[in-house]
Amino acid sequence: MAEVFFFLAAIGAIAGAVGTVSLRNPFYSVLALVCHLLSLAALFLLLRAEFVAAAQVVVYAGAVMVLYVFVVAYVGDQGPQLSGGGSGRLRIVSLLFAGALFVELCIAVLGSGLAALGSEGAGIQGATGEAADTGFGTAAEMGRLFLTKFLVAFEAASLLLLIAAVGAVILARRRSGLEDPREISVADVLRGDGGTGIEAPTESMLESSGSGKR
Amino acid sequence: MSMEWYLVVSALIFSIGAGGVLVRRNPLVILLCLELMLNGANLALVTFARMHGNGDGQVFALIVMVVAACEVAVGLGLIVAIFRRRLPIDVDELRELQG
Repeated sequence: MAEVFFFLAAIGAIAGAVGTVSLRNPFYSVLALVCHLLSLAALFLLLRAEFVAAAQVVVYAGAVMVLYVFVVAYVGDQGPQLSGGGSGRLRIVSLLFAGALFVELCIAVLGSGLAALGSEGAGIQGATGEAADTGFGTAAEMGRLFLTKFLVAFEAASLLLLIAAVGAVILARRRSGLEDPREISVADVLRGDGGTGIEAPTESMLESSGSGKR
Repeated sequence: MSMEWYLVVSALIFSIGAGGVLVRRNPLVILLCLELMLNGANLALVTFARMHGNGDGQVFALIVMVVAACEVAVGLGLIVAIFRRRLPIDVDELRELQG
């Protein structure tokens, strides 16, 4: 039964990946990636990684893909000349590189000493007894690991999220262009005259410091 | 189910993503293909965690998800900034690194 589910989920994941790469409309690529992520969450469930599967569905297939859909809808279709690939020879070389990468990864992963670990997974194969008392992959186990063994990584991840959020806001905010003389900089604010007067209250502190760095 | 099959699937997803990064020219699709590569690595990490029977690999996979979310936020912010400046949304045309 697990084999059937594995092959269904794997076929879904690979088909989603191929669709993401090959579909011409970016919107359809995003939808194919959502299909791929859901299939991958099913694979995670088969590997007893319940919390990772839930986070995959909620965070990836939910939040991140909604962000993608919004940006695709905002930027819009860029015309047919953009959706194709590069020149023919470059495309063939790229596909050859991808195939070589696949062969190399398979050799590295399957041919090395990983077989010593046992191909059926270690320790928790029992499905009733041991999986219950170790709590492998559950949210409680993940939380315990995050707050004890990997506390530094957890805090670094939260700091990284904060930096990325602030950076994304600064990058994507509405700017009036380089040639616009109404821009206000940090030097103008420090000089005390408020720069150019009327539009100073409309710009927030964040924007004024951001345009000062530019 | 043997663990090698999961590793083969993860290697295939990673290779498809790498090929997509090389072939496509729209930066939105390139970001999507980067997501594919990160997800292939995530599948390998979760498989290794399953092989060893402890949760360290799953914690690593969650951290990779956090980094992917950050990358998406910054990358989409860059694309929106490119779009607002009326620059072509094409990685072959964006050659100049100037502010």
